[in-house]
Amino acid sequence: MTYIRPTFRHPELPKNKLGYTLSYYEGALSTLCAGCGHDSISAAIVQSCYEMDIQPHRVAKLSGIGCSSKTPAYFLSNSHGFNSVHGRMPSVATGAYMANRDLIYFGVSGDGDTASIGMGQFVHAVRRNLKMVYIVMNNGCYGLTKGQDSATADMGSKSKAGSVNPFESIDLAGLAMELGATFVAQSFSGDKHQLTPLIKAAINHNGFAFINVISPCVTFNNNPGSTKSYDYVRQHMETTGMMDFVPIAETIETNYSEGTHKEVKMHDGSFITLNKLAQNWDPTNKVSAMNALHAARAKSEVLTGLLYFNAEGKDLHHVLNSSARPMNTLSEKELCPGNDKLKGINEELM
Amino acid sequence: MSGTGSKVNDFVVRLATVNGTGSASANFLFAKSIFRSGVFMTPKNIFPSNIQGLPTWYEVRVSEKGYLGRREGIDLMVAMNPQSMLQDVKNVRPGGYFFYDSTKPLHPQFKRDDINYIGVPLMELCNKEYTDARQKQLFKNIVYVGALSALLSIDFDILVQLLGEQFKGKEKLIAPNIKALQMGVDYIHAHYKYPLEFRVEKRDLVKDMIVVDGNNAVGLGAVYAGATVLSWYPITPSTSVAEAFADYCHQYRVDKDGKNNFAIVQAEDELAAIGMVIGASWNGARAFTSTSGPGVSLMNEFLGLAYYAEVPAVLIDVQRTGPSTGMPTRTQQSDVMEAAYASHGDTKHLLVFPSTPKECFDMTADAFDLAEQFQTPVIMLTDLDLGMNDHVSEPFVWDDKRKFKRGKVLTAEQLEKMDKFGRYLDTDGDGIPYRTYPGTHPTKGAFFTRGSSRDEYAVYTEDSAAYKRNVDRLLKKFNTAKEVMPAPHFYQDKNKSKNALIFFGTSTYSAEEAMDLLKDSEGAGEKVVLDAMRLRSFPFGKAVEEFIATHDKVFVIEQNRDGQMRSLLMIELGIHPEKLISILNYDGLPITADFIQKQIKKTLVPAKTVSAQ
Repeated sequence: MTYIRPTFRHPELPKNKLGYTLSYYEGALSTLCAGCGHDSISAAIVQSCYEMDIQPHRVAKLSGIGCSSKTPAYFLSNSHGFNSVHGRMPSVATGAYMANRDLIYFGVSGDGDTASIGMGQFVHAVRRNLKMVYIVMNNGCYGLTKGQDSATADMGSKSKAGSVNPFESIDLAGLAMELGATFVAQSFSGDKHQLTPLIKAAINHNGFAFINVISPCVTFNNNPGSTKSYDYVRQHMETTGMMDFVPIAETIETNYSEGTHKEVKMHDGSFITLNKLAQNWDPTNKVSAMNALHAARAKSEVLTGLLYFNAEGKDLHHVLNSSARPMNTLSEKELCPGNDKLKGINEELM
Repeated sequence: MSGTGSKVNDFVVRLATVNGTGSASANFLFAKSIFRSGVFMTPKNIFPSNIQGLPTWYEVRVSEKGYLGRREGIDLMVAMNPQSMLQDVKNVRPGGYFFYDSTKPLHPQFKRDDINYIGVPLMELCNKEYTDARQKQLFKNIVYVGALSALLSIDFDILVQLLGEQFKGKEKLIAPNIKALQMGVDYIHAHYKYPLEFRVEKRDLVKDMIVVDGNNAVGLGAVYAGATVLSWYPITPSTSVAEAFADYCHQYRVDKDGKNNFAIVQAEDELAAIGMVIGASWNGARAFTSTSGPGVSLMNEFLGLAYYAEVPAVLIDVQRTGPSTGMPTRTQQSDVMEAAYASHGDTKHLLVFPSTPKECFDMTADAFDLAEQFQTPVIMLTDLDLGMNDHVSEPFVWDDKRKFKRGKVLTAEQLEKMDKFGRYLDTDGDGIPYRTYPGTHPTKGAFFTRGSSRDEYAVYTEDSAAYKRNVDRLLKKFNTAKEVMPAPHFYQDKNKSKNALIFFGTSTYSAEEAMDLLKDSEGAGEKVVLDAMRLRSFPFGKAVEEFIATHDKVFVIEQNRDGQMRSLLMIELGIHPEKLISILNYDGLPITADFIQKQIKKTLVPAKTVSAQ
């Protein structure tokens, strides 16, 4: 969408604890279509980082290729970004995380980028419990090449051109859970109130946080018969519960009555609070979460909200027993054993 | 005995065994004992792509003159594998020796009139001595090493010492091994005339040299170079690079709290392996991957991105023969073109070609410096022969004054003083821009990394002029690298011939020997003197260009079918095809000096002389 954004900012815009306004977290102008769900997700990322008082330069945003993968240019312009190659963002993110464990990593991908060409890398990033927020902007089609079905298009879903998808779809949230993701959520780009706290909790999570966001493609997949259109998703959304993220050291204020309220403690003492819980669902129990997901799917509904959460998972650096200091800060003296040691090595080889 | 010239400290022993029977450590014990006698030796593993049950050969060449290439003509065949025995008998040179297990009589089909037979009842000896089946097998290997030491006059004390080193911490195993050695020695002493006319005599030739394989040297080099991130995918013959790096890291890179100052991930495939390297390098860590030709194929897309996005990456390509299974355990230099122009679009990469383990170590360190200085991938081309075979090498040396060259990276302080940061601005006129690591400065230095559609400030654009400015600057950067890359080695201070020889990597050993053969050729054939240059890197600098320009005929020795280095020289330096004559060996075995000298003579010496050979 092309328009001229006003440069004037109201001098009394609210600021966060770092003294930054919301606009400081924005990026370049979006070139996506007007009404694209992806822009709403970018806005939720901006909102989340603003509200969490995140230093933008402590964030690295990475993506693959496609409409979704263009979005890192449209949020957090004070962060380093890396638009890599198609389906390969997970490996670039893995390497980046190996080099510096102290940054916050946003991986942004699409359904083509993750569920087709990048499936191999996606599943292994999940397995390694990389500490990152992995967002799939899922519209069930290839937008940038004009609307071909993707692997997340539901069987029977109709494309704009009228063809019906004959293949089974890939359920990314279920797959992530199956592979051991320690934070799995699903949301809808049209529901910022749900998405923003999910992103905040994901940022705070000490492991792989996966959010599958249904994000309708207004140009190629918003037609009647499509199961990824705004209308369809609004009519078929079922929510696990209202939720909020409560950072460490903040008191919890709740308006909900007993029995419908659950708090999930995160690794650092922060809480995710869940209200109006779906029946027979426990977000800390994988079997229960999988059942809830399958039950919704059987009813052709999209279950949104936090699906599964496990604060106990060990992230990649824990498994690798890495130094607490980022690899990229280690000095030459710490890294190079020196010539004396080499003499000993030579002697052993004589 | 025919005139192969085999004599004291100059012969070839081939040991034919079955893989998975524990023969490898016995064979290494044999080779190492020759090295410890102060004499040069070069062992080559000729092994199948298999774990257990198929034929494998271990060939040891002994050379007083220090020739470390492979040599044709087997003086002594140790035939421990019935499966390959027929072929093994045929391969013994006339007048040579065939060593076999004489527990059962040798079938007449293995008889030749022109070779000598040495039978030792290895199985019978072991059956008498040991009860456990695995022990019988393992000690059989040691018994033949003992027998060989008697035949070749290898000092028994050296073998005892080596066993002591090998079983350090498992001292219980030393005595039975010595016993097995002694059984072999005793049998020879009782039944055969010893030593043979070719044998080992102690010398002091190898001085402070070491025995190590190239992959081990690369792994160690990466530790010294400060690499902290390794991502790799298993593939023969590169796997031991990652293993060596991991081993050395566990020795030298664990901090006082027991935490690792390194991070290694075995990737899901080679695409991910190079992706992780790029992610880590982008983030300011020194990162690398090791692979072979098929892996480089898979990494092509990412290599192009790294070239355009200007992200350092170090890639070790241990070259092998061909795709799929079949020949991957054989050596070749056949990834030259693939590496030089890897990826789609206009791309070229910096390459280094080590030829010894010492150079593997040094050039690995150089590769990290070059990758960061030029913000681009650097590919090291070694091969299976160098990577997996033990080589006698100069010892490793590290200059403690050496500092890592991290290239143009801006600090928070430098950014603070800057007005506006332009990631792809050619500020210094050398084509190399300045980069920043993520997280450096709160408000300055952030940029968006992508392929090619961006301007000097890393802002998205599809403007043709901006694209062209960028790729032209990349070419300028590439040209800047020419005189910084490892320089070629010349074998003469001043040119003395109108003909010359070019080679690189493991062809060097045999090329050097071939030059001597041509210079000293006895009897048949004319003496041929050639100038020579060993290439050590790509792109080619002025020195390479001038060397070729000042000679009429230039032989290019390489181990591939298509003369890939020759093509690269033609393409990059615009050399007339007629001037460059290929000498090519591509059967999967290391090239030999004899092959090279014959090829050269065919071209340079009149036909009748050649036919006389």
